[in-house]
Order: sequence, then C-alpha cells, then structure tokens
Amino acid sequence: MPELTRVVLAEDGVLLREGLTGVLARFGCTVVAAVGDAGALLAAVDAHDPDLVVTDIRMPPAWTDEGLRAAVAVRTARPDRPVVVLSQYVQPEYADALLATGAGRGVGYLLKDRVADVAEFVAALRAVRAGGTVLDPEVVRRLLRRSGDPLDPLSARERQVLTLVAEGRSNSAIAAALFVTEAAVGKHVGNILAKLDLPPTEDTNRRVLAVLAYLRATA
Amino acid sequence: MSNLASALRRRRFLISGWPWRSLGYLLTTAVVAAPFAAVVWPLGLPWLVAATDVRAGRFPDPPVLVLMAVGAALLIGFGPLVAVPLAALERRRLEFLGDRPPATAHLPAPADPIAWLRLRYAEAATWREVLYGLFLAVAVPAWYGVLGLAALLVAGFLGSPLFAAIGAARFQLGPVEITGVVESVPVALLGLLLLAPLAYLAGLTAAGQRAVAHALLGDGYGTDVREVTRSRARLVDAFETERRRIERDLHDGAQHRLTSLTLHLGMARVDLPADSPAAEPLTRAHTQAKELMVVLRDLVHGIRPQILADVGLLPALRELAAQSPVPVTVVGPQTVSRPPELVEATAYYVASEALGNVAKHAGASRAEVRVEWTGDLLTLQVADDGRGGADPAAGTGLTGLADRVAAVGGRLLLATPAGGGTLVRVELPCRS
Repeated sequence: MPELTRVVLAEDGVLLREGLTGVLARFGCTVVAAVGDAGALLAAVDAHDPDLVVTDIRMPPAWTDEGLRAAVAVRTARPDRPVVVLSQYVQPEYADALLATGAGRGVGYLLKDRVADVAEFVAALRAVRAGGTVLDPEVVRRLLRRSGDPLDPLSARERQVLTLVAEGRSNSAIAAALFVTEAAVGKHVGNILAKLDLPPTEDTNRRVLAVLAYLRATA
Repeated sequence: MSNLASALRRRRFLISGWPWRSLGYLLTTAVVAAPFAAVVWPLGLPWLVAATDVRAGRFPDPPVLVLMAVGAALLIGFGPLVAVPLAALERRRLEFLGDRPPATAHLPAPADPIAWLRLRYAEAATWREVLYGLFLAVAVPAWYGVLGLAALLVAGFLGSPLFAAIGAARFQLGPVEITGVVESVPVALLGLLLLAPLAYLAGLTAAGQRAVAHALLGDGYGTDVREVTRSRARLVDAFETERRRIERDLHDGAQHRLTSLTLHLGMARVDLPADSPAAEPLTRAHTQAKELMVVLRDLVHGIRPQILADVGLLPALRELAAQSPVPVTVVGPQTVSRPPELVEATAYYVASEALGNVAKHAGASRAEVRVEWTGDLLTLQVADDGRGGADPAAGTGLTGLADRVAAVGGRLLLATPAGGGTLVRVELPCRS
C-alpha cells in the first residue's frame, strides 16, 4: 500500500489476532487497535478513525453475527470507510447486508480460511482499501450456481472470467490467473457484459457491482 | 398439590372444601352430559328393544334392525367429531378435582381439515374418547338418577319438621311415615347424619368418574412410560449439549490455533526466497496445513453446524442445499421466532441425511426441501424425483432417522413408490 494504512482489527481469538497484526505490519500497515469484541471495535473506530477495518463476524458475547452488525454500523456512520469482514462459513445474506452499505464500494466478505494465503489476503485488503469490492470465491460460486439459466448464453471460458470478475479482480489479475493476455480478458468481459445486457465499462469496481447486482437479482 | 383421590383418604374430608368441589364437578358433569344423553338414549332405544326381543326368544323386527344400524352409523360417523372436543373439555375439567390434565394421545393436528379427519378417525385415542362420550351419555345419567333420589330423600328428612309444621300432618317420606312435628325431629336428625355418607357418595362418584376419564382420555401410557419418554428426550438433549460443547472446544481451540499456524506458515513463505532449500518443504507444510483446515472445518460442521446455531434452520438448510450435487430448492417461512434448538437440530439432521440419500441412491434430477412451522409443530419434507423404492431396512439410515425423530416425540413418514420419487416427511412437536 502506497500510503501508510491505519487498521482497526477485531478478532476474538488471541493467537489469530496477533498473527493478523503481524501480517498487516509486514505489509506496511499500522494496526492502531486490535480488539476482541464488537463494542470495543466501535469504540476503536471512533477513537482512531482508521483507513481500514478488518473484523471477524462471530465474536463475544453471543458468538453469532456481532462483527457483521458492527461492520454495518461502521459503514452506516461513514459509508466510504473500507471494511473487510471475515466469516467462518458462507452466508449470502451477510454479503448482501454488507453490499447494501455505501453502494457496495470498499467492502470485502471473505472466508476466514483465506488468511492462510497471505499474499492473496493482503491483495484483497488492498483492493477494498482502494474502494473496491471483494467477495469470497465461495460466495460467488454460490451466486453462479443459484443463477443457473440466465447464464446459459455464456461459454465455459466466459463463466470462468465472470467468476473472477465477481470476486473483484482486475483484468490484469484475471489474465494472470487464467494465463491469457489482458486483451483477451478485456474481450471476454466485453462479451459477458453484452450477453447479460449490462452497461459496458472499463472501471473494475463498477463492473463488479454490476455483475454482483445481476447475480443477486437472478439468484 | 392435593387432589380428590388423596382428599378422600383423609379424615378431614367432610370438613374440607372437597365435598363441595365434588358436588360442583358432578353438577357441571350433569350440564355437559345432558345434551349427549338426549341424543344417545333415543339412538340406543332400538338396541334396548332388540335386547328385550332376544331375551324373550324372538328375532327383532326388521324396522328395529334398520334403526339399530342407523343409530350405530350415526354414532360412528359423527361420534369422533363430538368426542374429540368433548374430551379436550373433560381433560381440562379434571383440573377442578386437583389433577393435572392428562396428556392427550392424539398426534399433533394438521391444519388441513381433510387431513385432520383422516388422522383422527384412524387414531385409537379418538375411539377411546367416543367410548368416554358414551359413558357420559349412558352410565352417568343412570347413576346420577339414583344419586339424585338419595339426595332428595335426605333433603326431605331434613326439611320434615318444616313440612309437618306448615303442611299435611301425615305424610310419607320413602320408608318413613311422619305423623307430626315432634315425630319428625328424629327423622330430621337422621337426615343430618345421612349428610356425611351423601358427601362421601358424591366424592366417590367424582373419583370414579375421574378414574374413567384418566383411563380413556389419557395418552394410554402410565406415568412411568411417559417418564421414560421424557428421559429419552432429556438424553437426546444432553447429547445435543455435549455436541455443542465439543463443537465450541474444537472451534475455539483447535480450529483457531490451526488457522493461526497456517497464517504463520504463509507469512514465512512470503519472506523465504524461492531458491531456498527450505522453500519446497515449507510450501508442502503450508499446503498440508490448509488441507487440514478444510478437514477440521468439515469435521466441526458435521458435529454441529455453526450456521444452524447462529442464524437458524432455513439458512442452514440453504447452505446444505448449496452443497448438494443434485439441485435442491428450499422453501420455508421467513419467521423471526425460532423453534426450540433440539427441534431445529433434529430437522437439520433429517434434511442432511435425506439429501445425502437423494445424492447417493435416488438418481434424482432435482429435490425440494419444504419447511412449515405453526408454532407447535415443525414439518420438514424432503422430496425428490428419483427412482423411489427406498427400503428402510437396507441401511439407508432411515431407521436411524426415525429413532432420532421419535426421541423428540415426532414421527417420520415415508412415501417411496418404485419409479415415483421419494418423499420423507417429519413432524416434530415444539412443546416448550
């Protein structure tokens, strides 16, 4: 991250909290507060005005969705504050609740397991910090599965690209993942948008939101 | 809390409130029984005539036989419709005698009236209740007549001085003849003495009726069996609590530590030059740790899905459906309130096993999970369009499902015609 990113981190497990703090520091972030519950998270956000909030969903006292509710509260107070939520399992409603805040910009919904792949995890945080939208591949897979018929006109390759677009990846990232040129990706994306009757756009984030809105509407 | 049976055994019965309560019970019984008697006695009349004929060595006349058949048909046809609500009232009325109303032996009622009729007419409990209705209509009026005469006689004894003073000088009271006010005094005293047996008679009558009501209107089991059922439910509950504890331990302990370990391995990989001799073993360790995370997550999920506890049955079922290789639609109510935890867990377990069977055995192209919840009954139905013919005895886990459903007082129904798909339906009562 070019500028110094100030992060508030909420995770109730001490070991993982320390591990995540280490990862963030290693990649040039300053963890201004690392807390263990939703109440402390809200207080820390008020006190430190961070550039990025990373929070677990399941936290004390009830171990259900405190973290998500805190995240939504943070976003409601300031819709452009980037927030990444970590979840133990895929719950499409959780992603919906997050995407409904701040027009879906600058939010991330990731499975907790993703922290294991440090580089990808940090890339996702960076994307959200820059105002992007990042959804866990598993959430996207669910959306694609539920959509079914409306995606019939897409070729297998286009579906592959669509999945990566919905995850919030840029053309260059998609090109790298599929081992093709960026120009080829651009062509696929253009075809997908045309086939799904979505407005053509070069802006990665606007594209993600359009695709996600489409998938959620047809799911 | 005391009840009539224990009160009758106490010496203070006569000076307690119980004779009055018994009297109250008997009088209200008369009110309840009267309309039934008015209907049943005329219907029973042809039978009485036939019985007299047979006794006299004659074959009953055809019209009598027809009337007998009509009476029986009416009783069988409409009896349950009347007896079921009557039984509900009578169970409640036992509270008046200090009893807890007995549990009904009826299965939970379906909302659909046709289904209700089909279920109720097939239940033994319904016909026991019809029998109770007959008892109220036939035996109760007969015995109450005797009882009423006795009460009238005692009242006459007590009032005899008054009658003698204002009315006739000579009159007959049952076996006793009164000739004057002075002569009537011992009779009045006798009446006073007879009040005690009368009170006991009322108490015993109420107690007898109570015994009949318990025998015919209860759930057919003694308290012992009911207690066993309840303790089995408690045991299932204890298992559920234990599963929750194990899940929590694994999640907070092992899973958490493993995630942290994998994160550190991932960190090390970032900083290790790719040409280092440690790079390859480290990559392998990291990969294995990630695989272990998946294994552990599946394990914890199998013990007790977090999503079920956190957000409820319907989202958990949707997640289950999303994992199925066969396309599954989930239909259910979006309610704020939730069934008891054990009921939710049982329903989830059934859905999970049933969908597993669909994937493994049914050869289906699609399946549907349907949930209905009325507040006291949760119904879950898993239907597929596969080959059907599932055999509960052939290790499809259906018997295990039925056991688990029975332990929480529910029941499992199976429709699986060969070639016609399979439908598994469970009904789980949600008594709190």
